[in-house]
Amino acid sequence: MKRYVQLENVQKVFETKKGRFVALRDINLSVHEGEFVSIIGHSGCGKSTLLNLITGLSTASDGVLLCAGREIAGPGPDRAVVFQNHSLLPWMSCFDNVYLAVERVFGAQESKTQLRQRTHDALKLVGLTDAAHKFPHEISGGMKQRVGIARALSMQPKVLLLDEPLGALDALTRAHLQDELAKLVAAIGCTTIMVTHDVDEAVLLSDRIVMMTNGPAATIGQILEIDIPRPRERLALAQDAHYLRLRGEVLRFLYGRQYIAA
Amino acid sequence: MNVVSVSKEWQKAEPKVAKIETISAPEPAAIPPAAGVSVLKRYGAVIFNILRALFPAALGLAIFVGLWAIVAHRSGLPGPMPTWNSALKLFSDPFYQRGPNDQGIGWNVLRSLSRVGMGFGLAAVIGIPLGFLIGRFAFLSKMMSPIISLLRPVSPLAWLPIGLYVFKEAQPAAIWVIFISSIWPMIINTAVGVTRIPQDYLNVARVLKLSEWKVFTKVLFPAVLPYMMTGVRLSIGVAWLVIVAAEMLTGGVGLGFWVWDEWNNLNVEHIIIAIFVVGIIGLLLEQLLLLLARRFDYAEK
Repeated sequence: MKRYVQLENVQKVFETKKGRFVALRDINLSVHEGEFVSIIGHSGCGKSTLLNLITGLSTASDGVLLCAGREIAGPGPDRAVVFQNHSLLPWMSCFDNVYLAVERVFGAQESKTQLRQRTHDALKLVGLTDAAHKFPHEISGGMKQRVGIARALSMQPKVLLLDEPLGALDALTRAHLQDELAKLVAAIGCTTIMVTHDVDEAVLLSDRIVMMTNGPAATIGQILEIDIPRPRERLALAQDAHYLRLRGEVLRFLYGRQYIAA
Repeated sequence: MNVVSVSKEWQKAEPKVAKIETISAPEPAAIPPAAGVSVLKRYGAVIFNILRALFPAALGLAIFVGLWAIVAHRSGLPGPMPTWNSALKLFSDPFYQRGPNDQGIGWNVLRSLSRVGMGFGLAAVIGIPLGFLIGRFAFLSKMMSPIISLLRPVSPLAWLPIGLYVFKEAQPAAIWVIFISSIWPMIINTAVGVTRIPQDYLNVARVLKLSEWKVFTKVLFPAVLPYMMTGVRLSIGVAWLVIVAAEMLTGGVGLGFWVWDEWNNLNVEHIIIAIFVVGIIGLLLEQLLLLLARRFDYAEK
């Protein structure tokens, strides 16, 4: 398989008042096309910083970042992001929020009808056809996050970047959306990188889990292959010995030898 | 799956509507005596609620008028009743014209409003874009900050001689005073609004790589609008505050001139009426802009 997203010796240093702060060092990672990779670690380990580097919202102090063979020079619609706090524009309806992205990506070569159809399809994909003309403050947190996902998927990105996409939701809604996210990503087959702090979420969704050591100067501690066949059933896996072993391994990494009182 | 959760929310909302219908539906039918009493009770409750809401304000006004009457009695100022009668006479013919210095109250109000409108309009046209630029570019902000801090606290009327000297005429000088005193809140609030735009919205714009124009129309402008409206509201308030004083000095037709003219005529009743007119119009402007501001308030939760 092709290496799609590639990080070589990536380092991120912040210049603060107290001096240099090394957030990330020696990050080497390559993600294949169509792969689902999770990045997990304790708060402050720089996992969101790492995602921002791939997004292009911030630039690496050192090292090389490639996406589809080209250097990542800045943010762009080929790498769609689902933000933790949904980041919908509150003055636009759900439809218009998605349409803004669709228009940006396909506006040059498609008619208005086609663009509207795309927007409609994206909202249908996440089951929000009925809420299309509601405003963000009129819908629940889970629904907002769905719109965020619809907006990202509507752009047909090369890479889907998820920054703790379900972190702000209650446990039930989160489980529900995890299952849906798994289905969506499987159906579309786009390369996905997700930052999370939820062990079950990581094991359930990922092909590989990248485990980060604690900061400062965090780096990749271990990469765990999740070879559970898909589709994965939450209920069946709850008793599955292999699932529990993998889950245990992530927990051991996070809370065992790694754990330092933060 | 989600369709289920949506329809659940709708189900939650529906019973409310149903309840209202069941309450209001039986009314026109042949009402048994007991039901008639309950309808009466319900209307009684509504009226009681309205009275209870209005009572504090009414009490405040009553005490105010009472104090006014007492003070008037002691000092020889016109009391509430003579003022009221005088106002009735004044407002019965608001648009008469007897020469340049004797025109109806309606003309005075309209002329004052038009001066405020022009001065404030000019201030908005220049102040709001300037606020955007100052908010967007830190260099410009640092450049303008000392000038704004220096000029903002200057009393509005201190600008009048400058206006008179430059324009050689009273009318543009008055507009100039309104302009220079009402521009600051719009510059400052717009600039603050621009700097307070949540980074998340800007990140969305960056990830989508929106064009500068799209960023402005879809992200910057709507995000700043509530702050801008606050600035506009403050500016209108200042402009209306300043107009009376400016017109006292520049003359012509207008509320301020009218107050001064009636002082020369020693018609104190008219001066008190003018105070009420200025207050009521200021209140209306404020309410109008609050209503407008609410339209742009995105309840973000």
